[in-house]
Amino acid sequence: MSYRLLLVLALVSEGGASGSPLDVNPGLMLWTIVTVFLLFLVLSKLAWKPILKSLNERENFIRESIEKAENARKEAERIIAENKANLQKAEAEAQKIVEQGREYAEKLKMQILEESKAQAKKMIEDAQKEIERKNIEAFSKLKEQVADIAVAAAEKIIRENLDKEKQIKLINKYLEDLSKN
Amino acid sequence: MLLNNINLADTLKKAQSGQDTGWIMHHILDSKELDLTPFGVIHLPELHLFGLDLSITKHVVFMWIAALILIITFIKVSKSYKKSLVPKGVTNLIEVLVLFVRDEIAKPTIGQGHEKFLPYLLTVFFFILTCNFLGLLPYAATSTSNLAVTATLAIMSFLVIQIGGILKNGFVGYFKGLLPHGIPFWLVPIMFVVELLGLFTKPFALAIRLFANMTAGHIVILALLGLIFILRTYFVVPVSISFALFIYLLEVLVAIIQAYIFTMLSSLFIGMAYHQEH
Repeated sequence: MSYRLLLVLALVSEGGASGSPLDVNPGLMLWTIVTVFLLFLVLSKLAWKPILKSLNERENFIRESIEKAENARKEAERIIAENKANLQKAEAEAQKIVEQGREYAEKLKMQILEESKAQAKKMIEDAQKEIERKNIEAFSKLKEQVADIAVAAAEKIIRENLDKEKQIKLINKYLEDLSKN
Repeated sequence: MLLNNINLADTLKKAQSGQDTGWIMHHILDSKELDLTPFGVIHLPELHLFGLDLSITKHVVFMWIAALILIITFIKVSKSYKKSLVPKGVTNLIEVLVLFVRDEIAKPTIGQGHEKFLPYLLTVFFFILTCNFLGLLPYAATSTSNLAVTATLAIMSFLVIQIGGILKNGFVGYFKGLLPHGIPFWLVPIMFVVELLGLFTKPFALAIRLFANMTAGHIVILALLGLIFILRTYFVVPVSISFALFIYLLEVLVAIIQAYIFTMLSSLFIGMAYHQEH
């Protein structure tokens, strides 16, 4: 409202003598065209082209740099992941090998133990058999000898029975023989 | 309406006879002299050619000063880009504005092919911005508060919009594309006229908006200061000065915003003419 009033006041005071703000001066329009057009030509060549080019270049440079950095980061991450995976794999493998070795050792131990037990048992059995066999042998030999001795003694007794002297002699001789043996 | 205003004005004039407010218009209107009051007045050369008044007026001088400032600044800026891609000093400020016009105005509104219109948009943006700011300096005049200047700028935008649209879509295709899709055939003649009128109202609005915005603030400041002399009392001084200062700061904002709006709308209309399928 106050603006319109002021405009009115302004219109009044000028009284149309030196124009109103709504006057359009063709000469000024022409000068405006000339000025803006020349400014456009000069600035296009002088400013916009090189500045926009530089800005684009810089933007491309920054974009490329960021892309490169990003790629490098991704590559590094990939390598780290790979290394980790490899390490894990190697660890697992090592674990497996150790486990296998332990298992194998355990198995071997058991086997050897078993074998040695069996062997010992067998040896004991053999020894027992041998002892038994030897015993039987010795016993049968002893039986034979006892029988022989008994037979011989009986024979001698029977033979020496004829005379007392001879009988005593014989017994002595026999005892002598026995002690000699 | 206008007649009514004049009648009202007449009565006002009679009521306040002796109170001269011509000095407000003296500041706003174009003139053939540079008024540097305590130091004197420079009379500008008059020039009449082909029946046209081609005198170098105050606003012409300030347009040239704006152009000169821009050329000097941009020589400096483009030199600094040749030295290195890293901006420094003034280049930083200019770069922000250039990027603003490119990324916030041209790219979103025109989209593909905005590079072709960037030089025009940038020139108009910086020219209007500089002219607007020049108007805020003492002794300077605002060329953009002259309807002839804003109308010329709007006509240029109009030409760029139409030529851009016609070059992209072909002469017949462009005018066909003005019609919205899928309207009943009997609406075609009416819509064509409406759309054709729309082509002219857009730059008209551009011209009036810039002119009115740049004029209004100045008039308000001058009126606020004028209150001191009209009321003839010192008590109004702090009020007038603080309000004037507030309006001045507002004008700084308006100077930026109007440069932005003019460029933005030009760009928008270019985009609409260029990509008609939307």
